[in-house]
Amino acid sequence: MKIHIPNSAFLGNINAFIKSADFTDLATLNITANEKWMSVHPVVLCMVAALGLKIRATSIVNQPILCQVFTAASKHYFQRMGMFNFLHLDSKMNITEHEPAGRFIPLTQITNAAELTTFIGDMIPLLHLQEIQAQPIRYIVSEIVRNVLEHSGSTFGAIVAAQYYKKTNTIRMGIVDTGYGINKTISYSHQTTSDLDAICMALTPGITGTTSREGGTDYNAGAGLFFTKSISKINKDLFVIYSGNTLYKLLREKESATVVLKSNPLDDRHTVDTDLPYWQGTVIGIDIKLDEHEEFSKLLQYIREIYTTTVRERKSRQYKKAKFI
Amino acid sequence: MTPQTIKIVSLVGIVAENKDIARTIRIDLITPALQQGDDVVLDFSEVTLMTQSFCHALISEVIRSFGIDILERISFAHCTPEVRGIVEIVVDYMQ
Repeated sequence: MKIHIPNSAFLGNINAFIKSADFTDLATLNITANEKWMSVHPVVLCMVAALGLKIRATSIVNQPILCQVFTAASKHYFQRMGMFNFLHLDSKMNITEHEPAGRFIPLTQITNAAELTTFIGDMIPLLHLQEIQAQPIRYIVSEIVRNVLEHSGSTFGAIVAAQYYKKTNTIRMGIVDTGYGINKTISYSHQTTSDLDAICMALTPGITGTTSREGGTDYNAGAGLFFTKSISKINKDLFVIYSGNTLYKLLREKESATVVLKSNPLDDRHTVDTDLPYWQGTVIGIDIKLDEHEEFSKLLQYIREIYTTTVRERKSRQYKKAKFI
Repeated sequence: MTPQTIKIVSLVGIVAENKDIARTIRIDLITPALQQGDDVVLDFSEVTLMTQSFCHALISEVIRSFGIDILERISFAHCTPEVRGIVEIVVDYMQ
């Protein structure tokens, strides 16, 4: 595998970073980096860390991870976010580490429900958020990491990282796994024709990979990703989901736009790229602005309306009447 | 008859998101209480956030197996607007 950490890779331009990667060789991971400056979204770090964990555990090569010595002025960021620890590499950097509170959540591996509960408790003080700001972030992390733990089949759980950006008053967050991927997960209970088809189903209210039954099982309803996408849409945030060879990007609504939730993700303002290097697993990146949010309870009212309507419509389509002749 | 009150915060803390615990509450506490004819109060005091997954694991199977009228015997107490919003979503889509 080859990954080049570029000058810039955020959700808006992440496609170029992904296109430059090569995930085919499962024996080695070769990391190169821009020599002058690197500024990347936490999801990029999560992807590198997740690949590193996987390669270390599965490769029979003596030295499976090769990493160019970082020379860019911003190289310390990667050290502080814990990337080199995840890769078991010596960064060859000597820096004084400060308490991370108020700035970022370093790369964290979550492999079970107890670790998730602890993480959700710890993350808000780390990001110095007020309770009203914390609610959608807690919600999103809980639901997406839960999805990973329950459905992804990932040996290494979920890799999570987040960073607060003062200039834009935004939290940027990545949640990544190297499990089955969405297509295989959804295919357990639904017919899919492509990675895009599977991603769209996963983002649709009431569709879960665990059952084809409307309303889900006692344990799964197929709502987690739809809620996440909806929270992003109402708050006019960016949301990216990448699995297999497909990346779906929910674009920010214009500030002046009246947001209407849609059950079909293709009806939202979005871009799709279906010709990317194949990611075995699922990558989710989110940007959450902190200063212009709807109240979480109000946001739930919007979601309730569209969720209930969509599920009811689908139920009524499947309702069969007795035929009398 | 005095209803059985289940204090959620003492079982999951202020963020109700661990659906394994939600399922355990349903199987060990809610369902047996309803089966023996008791009403149930789910007390959400001090709970600041609940995920849809948690709420689904907590009550969806109760609604499915007992029927929607079981909601006459379950009360949701001391809910914040956010917790209430989640309960309403799950109750809505289970009908």
